[in-house]
Amino acid sequence: MKSLDELKAIRERAQQALKMRESGDGVVVQVAMGTCGIAAGARGVMMALLDELVLRKRSDVFVTQTGCAGLCEKEPIVTVKVPGKSDVVYGGVTDQKARDIVGSHIINGQIVSDYVLNIKEA
Amino acid sequence: MTLHRSHVLVCSGSNCALHSSSFVKDRLTLEISQAGLGDEIRVLETGCFGLCAQGPIMVVYPEGIHYCKVGLEDIGEIVQEHLLKGRIVNRLLFKGTSDKNWMTKDDFDFYRKQERVVLRNAGVIDPENIEESLVRGGYAAFGKALSEMTPSQVIQEITDSGLQGRGGAGFPTGRKWQFTQEAAGDKKYVVCNADEGEPGTSKDRLILEGDPHTIIEGMLIAGYAIGATQGFVYIRGEYLLSIERLQKAINQAREFGLLGKGILGSDFEFDLEIRSGAGAYVCGEETALLNSIEGKRGEPRFKPPYPAVRGLWQKPTLINNVETLANIGPIIQNGSDWFRQIGTPECPGTKVFTLSGNICNSGLIEVPMGMTLREIIYDIGGGIPDGHQFKMAQTGGTSGGCISADLLDVPMDIPSLAKAGTALGSGALLVVDDRHCVVDLAKTFLRFFAHESCGQCTPCREGTTVLLRLMNKLASGKGDAQDITNLQRLSTTMQQASLCGLGQTAPLPILSALTFFADEFHAHLEGQGCPAGVCG
Ligand SMILES: Cc1cc2nc3c(=O)[nH]c(=O)nc-3n(C[C@H](O)[C@H](O)[C@H](O)COP(=O)(O)O)c2cc1C
Ligand code: SF4
Repeated sequence: MKSLDELKAIRERAQQALKMRESGDGVVVQVAMGTCGIAAGARGVMMALLDELVLRKRSDVFVTQTGCAGLCEKEPIVTVKVPGKSDVVYGGVTDQKARDIVGSHIINGQIVSDYVLNIKEA
Repeated sequence: MTLHRSHVLVCSGSNCALHSSSFVKDRLTLEISQAGLGDEIRVLETGCFGLCAQGPIMVVYPEGIHYCKVGLEDIGEIVQEHLLKGRIVNRLLFKGTSDKNWMTKDDFDFYRKQERVVLRNAGVIDPENIEESLVRGGYAAFGKALSEMTPSQVIQEITDSGLQGRGGAGFPTGRKWQFTQEAAGDKKYVVCNADEGEPGTSKDRLILEGDPHTIIEGMLIAGYAIGATQGFVYIRGEYLLSIERLQKAINQAREFGLLGKGILGSDFEFDLEIRSGAGAYVCGEETALLNSIEGKRGEPRFKPPYPAVRGLWQKPTLINNVETLANIGPIIQNGSDWFRQIGTPECPGTKVFTLSGNICNSGLIEVPMGMTLREIIYDIGGGIPDGHQFKMAQTGGTSGGCISADLLDVPMDIPSLAKAGTALGSGALLVVDDRHCVVDLAKTFLRFFAHESCGQCTPCREGTTVLLRLMNKLASGKGDAQDITNLQRLSTTMQQASLCGLGQTAPLPILSALTFFADEFHAHLEGQGCPAGVCG
């Protein structure tokens, strides 16, 4: 037996899972996932990104993959796209750096300049 | 909480199921886990996307990439390329009639021109998971009605919305609710008509499969408004998936305390049961349906008394169609003014159509009332395939009228179609190209009615048989002008004297075909043979 308030609580809790299916205009993090990226550890980087986003309860951020960008020696490459801001491309990302990027850039809006490869003007 | 980076939605609606979508889903799940992606990607079955001609359909989020005609042999590539490496598999994108690749649902006219109220959750949620329904606002309208509105206020809101029944007759829903509320009775019932016997219609089935909770919610609100404690959903027996999904949804709603006694901590009590029909067309007629639920022969009753006064077991009973009930939650949640902004002033809201016949994008669509037939056929439906010409459309299913190209700009809503001599009906839309003969089609429709007439009253029992005989004669080129006169006279008698809607509407396809395609009928008389080369 549930009350109206309990229904509301379930609604809010389950909301996270469905955000993805709305045509969102939220933050997107792209991990380059060509053969070169995977060889350099891109899959571990992606898992670290996902894990950190869960820890920080940011299910509104989407993690997607792209193909090889032609900068194979700089892999793993991660691009952070915040709507209305320049896309920031990070290179040589490790699992730990991925967590830093979530913490500083996505949560606090501070670009982690040490790892930046390129900033594409919006 | 686990966060999946991607959701893959596979359509499990009946039309995609016919294209083996469940095998596609199983193979996808297997290959995802073999690729080590099982923790990151969630695969789920969802309801109908509507583009049934292109099934099985699969949508990959967060990008929203829309793949068509996905076969088992395509799964490996989708997993290795898209899900692992993020590269879209171009060859599986929707092509439409142009060479352009359409990526997401927002890209193409088929979806862009639609307005989804009834189908808001079909193809978006997992219909077997009540939590996903809750997130999308499920049961919020019922909560609002129960805690903030009196039953009369609920009925007023539905009346103000201008909602008309979507089961065929188009009766104002609010008035029907009011009659049932005002009728005296110690017990009242709510019945959902999901018999859907109209050939060429599958909207109710796909609504139930895609979003069963919205029907439960509509019935709960109806029960609260009219003072009923028991509801029945009458579903045709062949609709196995609808029955299974709805039963699961009912069980979940009971677990959540949304059905049963003391709902949401109030003193409101309501429960639901499914009854399955055996597939007779006439059992969709509301009083035949009531007889069938009571365990009697599915024969229509005399009206009046109407079911609102004396229905199931002689108690006041509200009967609404699936699509009508699916509109209730959104109206209560968003208000009647919101609803009236959609559609036309005389006929607010949306309509779900089942597109079939000679049309590129056959399937299920929902558009605002009043969109023209031309827009539906050419913009959403993608036009007529293989370079053929539009000849006619039959609106409203087998008991609807046949209209010609002159009427392509008719607004598709209840009053406009009635004025044009046809009917909106349940929203079946059969498109016919220039290779077909009207006389042959009319003959086929009559064969259906002669078969489905329950035989209870003479005008329909004898009338359908005689009409069929006349049509057979005409089609074989042996008819004369007197036969056409007889056809018209008998039709009028049936329209006026038949007991139920079946016999009353059976002549409509012939009469409308005679109006719009008189030349073609006469050609069959004068020994010129069939202009389309079909009859013979
Ligand atoms: C022969 C016949 C078949 C019908 N079949 C259906 C049907 O399959 N589904 C349906 O909702 N209404 C059907 N109707 C209409 C119902 O009698 C009734 O008008 C409708 O269920 C009322 O619901 P609504 O007001 O929500 O449209 C049929 C009517 C006739 C005469
Ligand atoms: S009109 Fe036809 S289907 Fe209806 S009661 Fe009469 S015989 Fe039966």
